[in-house]
Amino acid sequence: MADKRTTRSGGFARLWNDPTVRARTFQILTALVVVYFFWTIFQNTVANMERRGISTGLGFLSQPSGFGIVMSLIPYNETMSYGRTFWVGLLNTLLVSGLGIVLATIVGFIVGIGRLSKNWLVSTLSAVFVDTFRNIPLLLQIFFWYFAVLRNLPGPRQSMEIGEMFFLNNRGLYLPAPLPEEGMGVVWGVLVLALIGAVLLYRWARKRQEATGQQFPAIRVGIAMVIGLPLVVFLAMGSPMDWDVPELRGFNFRGGIVMIPELGALLLALTVYTAAFIAEIVRSGIQAVSHGQTEASAALGLKRGTTLRLVIIPQAMRVIIPPLTSQYLNLTKNSSLAVAIGYPDLVSVFMGTTLNQTGQAVEIVAITMLVYLTISLTISFLMNIYNKAAALKER
Amino acid sequence: MNQETELIQPPAQVASKAVKGEAIIKVIDMHKWYEQFHVLRGLNLEVSKGERIVICGPSGSGKSTFIRCINRLEEHQRGQIIVDGIELTDDLRNIDTIRREVGMVFQHFNLFPHLTVLENCCLAPIWVRKTPRKEAEQIAMKYLERVKIPDQAKKYPGQLSGGQQQRVAIARSLCMNPKIMLFDEPTSALDPEMIKEVLDVMIELAESGMTMLCVTHEMGFAKTVADRVIFMDQGEIVEQGIPKEFFGNPREARTRQFLQQILNH
Ligand SMILES: Nc1ncnc2c1ncn2[C@@H]1O[C@H](COP(=O)(O)OP(=O)(O)O)[C@@H](O)[C@H]1O
Ligand SMILES: [Mg+2]
Repeated sequence: MADKRTTRSGGFARLWNDPTVRARTFQILTALVVVYFFWTIFQNTVANMERRGISTGLGFLSQPSGFGIVMSLIPYNETMSYGRTFWVGLLNTLLVSGLGIVLATIVGFIVGIGRLSKNWLVSTLSAVFVDTFRNIPLLLQIFFWYFAVLRNLPGPRQSMEIGEMFFLNNRGLYLPAPLPEEGMGVVWGVLVLALIGAVLLYRWARKRQEATGQQFPAIRVGIAMVIGLPLVVFLAMGSPMDWDVPELRGFNFRGGIVMIPELGALLLALTVYTAAFIAEIVRSGIQAVSHGQTEASAALGLKRGTTLRLVIIPQAMRVIIPPLTSQYLNLTKNSSLAVAIGYPDLVSVFMGTTLNQTGQAVEIVAITMLVYLTISLTISFLMNIYNKAAALKER
Repeated sequence: MNQETELIQPPAQVASKAVKGEAIIKVIDMHKWYEQFHVLRGLNLEVSKGERIVICGPSGSGKSTFIRCINRLEEHQRGQIIVDGIELTDDLRNIDTIRREVGMVFQHFNLFPHLTVLENCCLAPIWVRKTPRKEAEQIAMKYLERVKIPDQAKKYPGQLSGGQQQRVAIARSLCMNPKIMLFDEPTSALDPEMIKEVLDVMIELAESGMTMLCVTHEMGFAKTVADRVIFMDQGEIVEQGIPKEFFGNPREARTRQFLQQILNH
């Protein structure tokens, strides 16, 4: 039947019923529509900008910005260029994302393993943590930490303090800044030597284990060495390090390092919110490893901790990594909510202030999108490398 | 007639290695409950050193639960279990000691899929017995040769057939140099053509004088190697005896019914 009809209706119909041809045609049509759509938007914006007398191109990046930024990891003031503004914002974004990823991973793993604990209190607390922070919108949490907690702290004169060194008030967390003096170089040198020593110790311990079977607490001793040796030298040299301790001058603190409440609030919110999701990922990852694995380990006499470390976690990681990557990407992108409380991240200073002042919408939006895309692809790339290494070999 | 019996072609009977009078496992009036459910109802058993015991019985009768109590993968609530002179209690040191002496082979192998065959075999000797890695690897190779798969040492479990995986699991247990081996239906997850290769390894192990407790429905295997066959039903030991009497002249009606079912299917 079908055959007859095709032959009768000639060349075009035969072509149209070829699945490859049909698929290609639809793909080309779709591509054309998409290109036309973006082309129109682009044309439109460029026309608008020309009408308002804004020149296109990246020339604006070298113009002076004329606005200050509350926090910068590189020297910055308002006489510097918009290009500099971009870097300040980018570094602030990377700072909060990087710290957030590390902290959220640590908290997430602890809470995730805690939920599976046989200890009722530990598992209940972990469950409450997850259910609370996972179910409240992130923006609300940022506002909570910022307005309800950090901005509500006492003013500088009534700061909470630890040992007249650390001060916490509504202007931020003030820490002593290290001022190295002569002789500190020796201490750094000893630290480097201790690190090398620790690596050698670890290797030696492994060799010895392979040769004699005796196990040596290389990790613990190594850590003690890396901390202890420089400390001893440091004290022996008469503490060649001065601390720039923050001091109350008038209405505010001078000196030291300050972590502004905007950074604190954003970091807290991102960490806690993402950690709640990571905890669930870790829990389900561990539960995905069959119970038989735990039983086989127990039957062989392996201890619970050893089983978790050598048998369960390595297998759970295969399940954990892909969704964990998504969480890292989410955290990085969510850091752009910084704009809501005025933390000077990339979106806030570049897509916000810079765009408002220059009107270079197309360029700025494009650059910003490109930056986030690059960060995201880099994270995915790194996680994929790890994932490939952890993949199981099957037949 | 059971097909496996012909497959194995028993060399008559494997000579008994049981040492009379030396009980290595003693189970005295042992009870276990899952919540309200009384799974094991007063089991009594003495196993001599080198004795080979086959446990059979209908599904759900508590066979797995019973042998899992012997290395305390399950806890019993009443009665005593004494393994190699050590009573199984909540004392963690006792449990650690017992688990070093008692090897276990599971129905579904439970190999570690992220480790190679060799690493599977070396993990416990290195971390539990503190054997040097080199030595652990040599021991592992020795046992892999005994189960006839030394050439697969560098492969991962997922790359092996079911029969090969189960033989690796046996080698992995043997690497801990256990005094007692427990088997929980080691061949029932295998395709028929792979059952023989695993049973052959188990027969060889029996010949070497290992104390073995084996839950299985392979009656050919039972006839070849067992010193004693135990029939369990509804959490009780209904009948036990040497294979000749157990199969030739079962006393209990329940045993006869069970034997008829598995021999006829
Ligand atoms: N973890 C458990 N919780 C509750 N009941 C269980 C559990 N494990 C086994 N059972 C029950 O105990 C009985 C005996 O099980 P099992 O020892 O596995 O029997 P068998 O190995 O003889 O087939 C079965 O009725 C089973 O449903
Ligand atoms: Mg069973």
